[in-house]
Amino acid sequence: MTSSPDRVGERPGYLDGMRLALPVGVAVGVFGVSFGVLARAAGMSPLAAVLMSATTFAGSAQTAAVSILGAGGGLVAATTTAVLLNLRYGPIGLSAAPALSGPWWRRLLQAQLVVDESWALSQRDGGRIDPSLLIGAGTILYVGWIAGTAAGAIAGGLLGDPRRLGLDAMFPAIFLALLVPQVRSRSRLAAALGGAGIAVVLLPFAGAGVPILVASLACLAGLWSRGRDRR
Amino acid sequence: MTAAWVVVAVVGVATVGIKAAGPLAVARRPPSARVRAVLDHLAPALLAALVVTEAVGAPGGVAFDARLAGLGAAAAAVALRAPILLVVIVAAAATAVARALL
Repeated sequence: MTSSPDRVGERPGYLDGMRLALPVGVAVGVFGVSFGVLARAAGMSPLAAVLMSATTFAGSAQTAAVSILGAGGGLVAATTTAVLLNLRYGPIGLSAAPALSGPWWRRLLQAQLVVDESWALSQRDGGRIDPSLLIGAGTILYVGWIAGTAAGAIAGGLLGDPRRLGLDAMFPAIFLALLVPQVRSRSRLAAALGGAGIAVVLLPFAGAGVPILVASLACLAGLWSRGRDRR
Repeated sequence: MTAAWVVVAVVGVATVGIKAAGPLAVARRPPSARVRAVLDHLAPALLAALVVTEAVGAPGGVAFDARLAGLGAAAAAVALRAPILLVVIVAAAATAVARALL
């Protein structure tokens, strides 16, 4: 879901960020529709789905939470898995911090626009994050995500059985598409294989959600990466 | 308050806090390289586990069904560097076709 920030001048503005993020914003909007559909199928009201998109604004965590909830995995597993998935925004936030300025409440609001895609699109030379690109791209993605969620949650019922349309296969596909760009080193490959392996082994024995929680232990593969493939 | 609302509230508050933590606390000491390296590997570990559970998970265990056709088609689309939009459409279409034929 990322593309290189080309054709952007030395001093980009918010509009450059919006233009850069527009194609990604369309994909995020469709992803939002699928989240809305899944949220309804999991028993969430359209208002709850849209509020979740407006506050959490993190596609994989939201999708994971409602799919666990829908599969009867329970409140604790759904919440913990979503929060674990979003823990990556700790280090991402640290790397974006120098790009954000102003009083604390302004930085707090700007930080909410930091998602994988806006963060990736606003990377400049030497790992610097451009503030205007970040805010412009984040705004487009935020609007697309909420609009998609609302459309999916309200009109998703018109689609009929999502299984007939193969919509239940959208989620492994989305997670695969999000996973592949993450696997850019041997230790990250080890983490992915470890996580998948733990899930495969535990799935027949443990309820929905538990295999995913235990699979998070595979992130300990990061201990092998020190000094080698850190960003 | 239903379970869904509890998830919306807890995940929402936690995520706002996680996202704001770095930019608000940047003046303080950043986490150690070891902690950063581990957190950095959380996304691939969890996303891979989610691919597995979403593709073969079923109430009460595992089920190998038409979703695997979708996952295979998605993998091919990802390998061809298709945008995520196309990856998702291809996966849904392949699963719908497989389900209609099986």
